[in-house]
Amino acid sequence: MSDIGRLRAARESVLLWFAPAKVQEEGTTPDYRFSLANERTFLAWIRTALALIGGGFAVDQFLTDLSHWARASLAVALLAAGVACTLRAVNHWVRCERAMRLGTNLPVSRFPAVLAVVVAVLSVAMVAVVLFGWAG
Amino acid sequence: MAPPPGLPPVETDRDPGLQPERTRLAWRRTTLTCLVTAVLAMRQALRSGSSGPAVAAVGLAALAFLAFLLLAHVRIQRLGAARPPAMPVRTAAAVAVCMVALAVFGTAVVW
Repeated sequence: MSDIGRLRAARESVLLWFAPAKVQEEGTTPDYRFSLANERTFLAWIRTALALIGGGFAVDQFLTDLSHWARASLAVALLAAGVACTLRAVNHWVRCERAMRLGTNLPVSRFPAVLAVVVAVLSVAMVAVVLFGWAG
Repeated sequence: MAPPPGLPPVETDRDPGLQPERTRLAWRRTTLTCLVTAVLAMRQALRSGSSGPAVAAVGLAALAFLAFLLLAHVRIQRLGAARPPAMPVRTAAAVAVCMVALAVFGTAVVW
């Protein structure tokens, strides 16, 4: 897909957030069990986002030996990851619901892989910062 | 047999009765996680300083949690129906607003 096509698709899915009735106009209503499963997946992503946000608070409150900058950067990175996770959760839920109504394939996403890499990098950074904090 | 293309797949051999129950429990778990995060946020606000702004910050974190609690409550009521309707997009957006409020609040306090 070209960049313009991708931008247009992103714009359309964000517009869908603000036009709830439009989602229900398209296609046919799927078996309610599939909608509920989609809702539970959405909630699982929200819990992941909450854990990241809570982790941001925890870094600021419990790694008190670190310098202000190291602590604030780690905390803000975790909070930002939490926000990204939340926004993506809503977007993915809408797209899945739409795909089920239209009978098309469920959307694939590279977000889980990206999130895994981000969490791994943050963990390594945190371990390094804490170890250097003890050494120095 | 595979379902014909263009139609939503149909499951026949699973107990449909537990699906709303599982979804209800998922909302409960998420509310509990939200409570833990909100308590951490409030602890942060209380630690970070003097009375005026700290009280306002604690109030805001509590408000974000209460908003989520209300959303979960309304949704759980809806799930009690025989054929529960799909979650409205408005609910999903409101949940996102609660999360973003907590995170923005956190960034403001951390900074």
